[in-house]
Order: sequence, then structure tokens, then C-alpha cells
Amino acid sequence: MTAREGYKVVAKRPSTLLDKRMHYCPGCFHSTVHKLMMELVEEMEIQDKIVGVCPVGCSVFAYEYMNIDMQEAAHGRAAAVATGVKRMLPDKLVFSYQGDGDLAAIGTAETIHACNRGENFTFIFINNGIYGMTGGQMAPTTLEGQRTSTSPYGRDVAKVGYPLRMAEMVANFEGVAYSQRVTCTNPAETRRCKRAIKKAFEMQMKGLGTTFIEVASNCPSGWKCTPEESVTWIEDKMLPYFPLGVFKDVTKKEKKAEA
Amino acid sequence: MARKGYVEIDTEGCKGCNLCVLHCPTDVLELKTSDTNSYGLHYAVMVNEEACNGCMNCSLVCPDAAITVYRQAS
Ligand SMILES: Cc1ncc(C[n+]2csc(CCOP(=O)(O)OP(=O)(O)O)c2C)c(N)n1
Ligand code: SF4
Ligand code: SF4
Ligand code: SF4
Repeated sequence: MTAREGYKVVAKRPSTLLDKRMHYCPGCFHSTVHKLMMELVEEMEIQDKIVGVCPVGCSVFAYEYMNIDMQEAAHGRAAAVATGVKRMLPDKLVFSYQGDGDLAAIGTAETIHACNRGENFTFIFINNGIYGMTGGQMAPTTLEGQRTSTSPYGRDVAKVGYPLRMAEMVANFEGVAYSQRVTCTNPAETRRCKRAIKKAFEMQMKGLGTTFIEVASNCPSGWKCTPEESVTWIEDKMLPYFPLGVFKDVTKKEKKAEA
Repeated sequence: MARKGYVEIDTEGCKGCNLCVLHCPTDVLELKTSDTNSYGLHYAVMVNEEACNGCMNCSLVCPDAAITVYRQAS
């Protein structure tokens, strides 16, 4: 597409995102985050340096869209696979891309121990509060009272416990260098999300330890609402329990110590 | 004078999520509900091109990277 006379392109689809239609539902932030990540790969010129690990979940086919080296992992084991990849190829920039069922339910142990070991890779954690792929079952991150196909009367915390705050939790591990929760509900937050991923990648390149980016994400299909309503739900229901912000940043500590 | 811009939307790539419409500050975009693409989905179109300032909000929030934004070269 050529620009009209006197105009220039200021935003376009990144070349690192393959020219394929993503299978995600309309308005799903999985797509948004894929796009942001591939924009970063293009801008940071790291296409031949980065290796991703895909989960089981809706993003199981992330490797079909991201034009970079990727490895599929068994359900929940992406952190273990990413550990192996990073240890064998320490010069590569490695990330795992995981949903909440993957990272915080079946893969909790792998997640926690990779963080505790300070494995030098980046977690991209898509928290949509539900098991999207399998039909909207309750996840460890489902909010109190939230209706899902396995909590039709709403999550009862007396029976199944409270939603897990992963970004806060991993911030407590010595091995974790950076932990932040972001979202993509509007242009400003989407920009912040991209900056957070960039910061995590840069810290990984410096070998500072585990970097963890949680995206307060949506699942319009599983939540049985429109994409617009899913944005409102995140703002009104999710963010009060899963607040946005930086929970750990070791570079801040260093700066403070210097001052 | 405000900057001028315009967008091109890949109608086959658009899934009609409406997020660009929601976040365009100058109401340039709308879903064309009288038509569908080959996937049977409505797609976004410019209905108020004059108001576009090339701010890139729409392309930023578009999950499917279906929007190209052009801005007047100053
Ligand atoms: C060992 C194993 N157990 C269970 C499943 C079924 N399963 C597939 S995806 C999934 C959960 C996905 O949820 P999440 O990680 O939140 O990702 P989302 O689909 O929401 O992006 C489950 C339980 C499986 N594939 N393998
Ligand atoms: S089921 Fe939910 S998480 Fe999966 S693609 Fe659809 S909206 Fe996204
Ligand atoms: S570039 Fe900005 S003003 Fe133009 S259509 Fe997109 S959001 Fe609206
Ligand atoms: S945000 Fe993208 S996919 Fe959604 S309606 Fe607009 S152009 Fe289509």
C-alpha cells in the first residue's frame, strides 16, 4: 500500500507477525499481545536472537503467527522448557508465553521454581481469569463470585480459595528481577504493556534474573460478552483485585543504593 | 492547524471487535453493519475521514493488526 501524496505511514502491521489470520476470537488480547511482541522484535532487531516457548491453551499455536524460533511445551511446563532453552543457549533472548490455567494451575510448580532459581528468561503471562480454550472453566485467577462453566453460581472462595495474584507472588522470590502487571484496555495501557515487555527483555539481556509480565487480559467468548464489555469488566472487576503496577524492579534498588 | 491523517483497514483481517471504534478520539471509525467480509464478520471503515489526525490509537488497540495509519508529512 502506498501512501497518498504528502502522507507517510506511521503505524502498520509488523513484518515479524506472519501474514496469517490468527485464530483468536474477535477482540481477544492474546492477539494484541502477539502484535505488540512482534512489533518489539522488529523494532529491537532481535528476530534471530529470540526464542519463545508456547503453552497449551488458546495460544498453543502462537508459533503459527510469531515469525521467530519457538518451541511447544506440554501443558504447564513452559517454564521448565524455557529454563532448558536459556541454559543451553544463554545468548538467546528467551520467553515463555502462558495463560493462567497453564502458568498458575497445572504449571504452578514449574513457575515458582523457575522464579526461585532466578532463571534468566521472561514470562509473558496472559491472565484472563478463565480456561479459554477448553470452554471457560474456573481458573485459579477467577474472581470471587465470577461465573464460569464450572462455577455456575460464582466462585465460592470458602470452597475453592482466593484468586492467585501471580505478579505479586513472584515478586517475593529472590531470583526475580522484575515483575509488573499491565493491561491493554486502552491506547495508553497498551503502550505501557509494550514498554513493560521491552523493559523485561532488556533486563534479561543484562542477565539480571527472571522477568515476569502479567497482562490483565480478556476472554470475550468465555466471559460471554462483547469485546467492549470485556474491557469494562477488566476495568471494573479485575483491576481492583489485580492492580496494575510494578511489584519488583531490581534496577530501581540499584539506583537507590547508588544515590 | 491540526495534523491530518487517514487509515486503511484490511477488511478481511478485521474481526469487527469494535475496539478501534471505541478508542478513536475523533469518531472517525464505525463498523459497517450492512456488510460482512468473507468470514461473515462486520468490519470497521472510516466514516469521518476529515477528523482523522493520525494519532494511531486505533492501530495500537487493534488486536489483529489490521490497521495502517498514515499521517501528513510535515
Ligand atoms: C495435561 C493436560 N491437562 C489438561 C488439558 C486440557 N487443557 C487444555 S488448555 C487448558 C487450560 C487453558 O487455559 P489457560 O492456560 O488459562 O489459557 P487460555 O486458553 O485461557 O488462553 C486445559 C486445562 C491438557 N491439554 N493437557
Ligand atoms: S476463547 Fe477466550 S482466550 Fe481463547 S481466543 Fe477466544 S477470547 Fe481469546
Ligand atoms: S488514527 Fe486516530 S484519529 Fe485516525 S482513525 Fe485512528 S484513532 Fe481515529
Ligand atoms: S480493532 Fe481491528 S479487528 Fe477490531 S474492528 Fe477495528 S480494525 Fe477490526
